[in-house]
Amino acid sequence: MTADVQKPPAAPPEPTATRAVLEHAKSYWAEVRSGEVGALPAVAGIIALCVFFGLSRPVFLSVGNLANLFGQGAAVACIAMGLVFVLILGEIDLSAGFASGVCASVMAVILTDWGMPWPLAIGAAIATGVVIGLLLGTLVVKLGIPSFVVTLAAFLAFQGIVLMILDEGSNISINNETVKTIAGGNLERWQGWALLVLTVAAYAAIQLQRWRRRVARSLVHEPLAVVVARVTALAALLTATVFLLNLERSANPQIISLTGVPVVVALLGALFAVWTFVLHRTRFGRHLYAVGGNAEAAVRAGVNVDRVRIAAFVICSGMAAVGGVVAASRAASVDPNTGGSNVLLLSVGAAVIGGASLFGGKGTVRAALLGGAVVAIINNGMGLMGLSAGVRFGVTGAVLLLAAGVDAMSRGRGKLFGRH
Amino acid sequence: MLLELTGISKRFGPVEVLSDVDLAIDAGEVCALVGDNGAGKSTLVKCVAGIHDIDGGEVRVDGKVRAISSPRDAAALGIEVVYQDLALCDNLDVVENIFLGREKRRGLLLDDDAMEQLTAETLQSLSVRTIRNLRQPVASLSGGQRQTVAIAKAVLWNSRLVILDEPTAALGVAQTRQVLELIRRLADQGLAVLYISHNLNDVFAVADRIAALYLGRMAAVLDAADTTQSQVVELITSGRSGQLGLIDQNGVRP
Repeated sequence: MTADVQKPPAAPPEPTATRAVLEHAKSYWAEVRSGEVGALPAVAGIIALCVFFGLSRPVFLSVGNLANLFGQGAAVACIAMGLVFVLILGEIDLSAGFASGVCASVMAVILTDWGMPWPLAIGAAIATGVVIGLLLGTLVVKLGIPSFVVTLAAFLAFQGIVLMILDEGSNISINNETVKTIAGGNLERWQGWALLVLTVAAYAAIQLQRWRRRVARSLVHEPLAVVVARVTALAALLTATVFLLNLERSANPQIISLTGVPVVVALLGALFAVWTFVLHRTRFGRHLYAVGGNAEAAVRAGVNVDRVRIAAFVICSGMAAVGGVVAASRAASVDPNTGGSNVLLLSVGAAVIGGASLFGGKGTVRAALLGGAVVAIINNGMGLMGLSAGVRFGVTGAVLLLAAGVDAMSRGRGKLFGRH
Repeated sequence: MLLELTGISKRFGPVEVLSDVDLAIDAGEVCALVGDNGAGKSTLVKCVAGIHDIDGGEVRVDGKVRAISSPRDAAALGIEVVYQDLALCDNLDVVENIFLGREKRRGLLLDDDAMEQLTAETLQSLSVRTIRNLRQPVASLSGGQRQTVAIAKAVLWNSRLVILDEPTAALGVAQTRQVLELIRRLADQGLAVLYISHNLNDVFAVADRIAALYLGRMAAVLDAADTTQSQVVELITSGRSGQLGLIDQNGVRP
């Protein structure tokens, strides 16, 4: 196993560019057929929903509503991003919604009742989330109580803790401008463009460097055209978004001007980048997928399975805390219903609709964002159509069921067609 | 000798599972370990792999007495075991599985390209042509391909002795042949292979020597070339065959 294996494998003959692109498309389609649908259903869902709501309520496609959508969906998207980590393990966290409520209450009390500075309040909220995650993770991992039961108990308990923190259900308003900016503020126009340039440049640099490294090592690589197309597509999508969000969207521009990319978009983008990096580029992320896929194999490979599982719960509750802060910022207050009601189910739904599997081993941060968009669009669109809350719950439930069905079926399909 | 076992014994409570077992394996040879259910094959392997402690006897690696008390010790000595249930993560791809737990990194980042290249080189050095796409999830591989991945995982780490537990038990005819050829190539590359199997056709197809266990004792260790299948069957079922096998108190004939 020494000297003779050092020479790299012979490079495959370079096919012509168009053929290479065709081959690439073909192999992607083969993956989809074998059940690796990835983000496809969520993207198709977003497009279909936008067309439907856009046709039935033209105001849905207005710039004001677009900006609104981000604000409405942000808290759920944050919680869903955290839930993905637990779902990859094949576990569930039913307490994430009320955990976000507890963390938001902690922040509100420190900020408003105690009059402390905002960094301390937000820091305390996130620290609370981390402690909650440590507690849940330890109970599940060290005592072996099923996560379903642990987090169901926590779901009830946290609901009580929120009530206790808020003195039997009073409402604490948040007056700090910085905190309110998180979900309510907008970037300056130039800041939006600067963010766009930075994002596209970083993405292009990462993609091209990766492509070059693979070519240098004579590994199987995508045609350059596909890489360029991906970067261009991202640039086009982001340019359109920033352009639209930089338009005036106030009903009375003379009285108050409303322009710019919402701050919460930048926040979601940053969280997306960080967690995607952690999941796909670090050893922890690799081990997380391994534990979700086959814990026994991970143990034999020397992975510290307990630590990985506890860390996933910590990330989940920590992201719930972020979601709680965003929700409190948007409402400019915290009440016993913060993080309650349907927040948890919408978050789980977002992750699953985006392509995370309830069976474990599968899921991405992108899934949480795309699924979060679907959920937000459904709620927003049905609200615009004047449908009752009852109908909205029903439809959201049906969509969640549909997503879980697609998940279960694609799993069966993978089994059916994958092995031979 | 790469690995030398002398007088190995192991008891579970009052039951003596292995008694006074001798076995030596040299680099570049395939030694088959055969025996009926309960003869002690798995126990012997687990003793070498560091999962069980031995109660008596010596394990020598390169002539030095070694205590192997954990799988980590075994790996440090270059001993790798491929268990029957393979222990692969279905949702990870070939490269990710092979490097699981021993990922290569550049700083904080995983160095996936380096891992992919090493995997490609390892598979090439083993003349494996059945796995085209190293980035496909293991779930989409056939049984023989999965076995190949598990074996490649074991040989990537400068291992010197690879122990294979029933590697062909669940495979079809063509895939069994592929795996047997792979086993032969491991030995030709200078690795020692201890190959456990129930299937005597497979054993004779690939083994240089055959060690037959009978009720926890080594009935005989024979050159495959000078032995017939019926002799091995007798050794497995009754511990002796003509002049071979457990003949007297001193028992073992080479």
